[in-house]
Amino acid sequence: MAEFTLPANSKVKIGDTYKAPDGAKRIKKFKIYRYDPDKGANPRLDTYEIDMDDCAPMVLDALIKIKNEIDTTLTFRRSCREGICGSCSMNIDGTNTLACLKPIEDVKGDVHIYPLPHMPVIKDLVPDLSVPYAQLASVEPWLQADTPPSPTEERRQSPEEREKLDGLWECVLCFCCTTSCPSYWWNGDRYLGPAVLLQAYRWIADSRDERTGDRLDALEDPFRLYRCHTIMNCTKTCPKGLNPAKAIAEIKKLMVMRQ
Amino acid sequence: MAENSMRSTSMRSTLGRVRHLGSAKEGVHHWWMQRLTALALVPLVLWFVISVASMAGMDHAAASAWIASPAVAITLVLLITATFYHAQLGIQVVIEDYIHNEGLKLAILVMVKFASIILAVAAIFAVLKIAFGG
Repeated sequence: MAEFTLPANSKVKIGDTYKAPDGAKRIKKFKIYRYDPDKGANPRLDTYEIDMDDCAPMVLDALIKIKNEIDTTLTFRRSCREGICGSCSMNIDGTNTLACLKPIEDVKGDVHIYPLPHMPVIKDLVPDLSVPYAQLASVEPWLQADTPPSPTEERRQSPEEREKLDGLWECVLCFCCTTSCPSYWWNGDRYLGPAVLLQAYRWIADSRDERTGDRLDALEDPFRLYRCHTIMNCTKTCPKGLNPAKAIAEIKKLMVMRQ
Repeated sequence: MAENSMRSTSMRSTLGRVRHLGSAKEGVHHWWMQRLTALALVPLVLWFVISVASMAGMDHAAASAWIASPAVAITLVLLITATFYHAQLGIQVVIEDYIHNEGLKLAILVMVKFASIILAVAAIFAVLKIAFGG
């Protein structure tokens, strides 16, 4: 059955508090989910007080400050710090987003930070994304064509054909959308989820690809595609402002069109 | 998710588990029928609600006569068919979403399908019995 409460060993306990240095005027509290698989203890919520006069503006800046100056054990993924790599996806103030694109001042009150929802947690803010990664591999996200490419020029595309990829190629695969989707929470082992379906559509919509039918065949399944019930959490949460729900609707449209 | 096969201690690769039995190559018919029946139900339900509301105070004989008129009887049969077809499609999705024990899922799905057919046939029979002077 679907699970509506956390298992006993996943219930979050109150953790430690790290006070701001004396003389700090603008204090913001960061309440951060901590889990260490080596300790065998329940996850806990640690509180870090940060002096906002001594911290850069984004949530990722605060996390890096905590790791550098307060608590080196805090674990999270990050790389580019400008919304291109998709590494620092996490649940901030109740919404999945990229920590590097989320201004601290957008959060009223304390800043609650959790890992992406409903994924196994490896440590602290690092979820195990091996299933969504394998699902991405399963849709074969690369150009497939039998017509050999010209030795002298690239595979050509008209401006109109290229335009169809806008809103799709920008996805950085942070999986904020997939892990915000209740359908993915309940059936993530069989439903591909919005991020992977948007990637699948990115190749279905590509005029240079010659395997459109095979791609639709692979998706036509009550679970892989049709677990999407247009809940729209994906579109609402996307930190890049993309619309995975629309990509999924386009796939469903093509399924009817080819009948 | 914990009890799903996905998370159990299998030594099969993640990609192997994700590909699993492959695509069922169906689902579009279910999706399309759910939309078509929904579309049909918009005028049918509106007509039914307005009709029943305007029947307030009508006695049994008058109500029977209303149902017996060919246009009403045909529309009622259409309403019943669309309602139960649409309902079992929708309930099927809810069951597939939330029940992850394969045996229990199959049992409930069969029960819902049979119950929908029985209820639809009984309702249509009731209309026809009145329509053909029961």
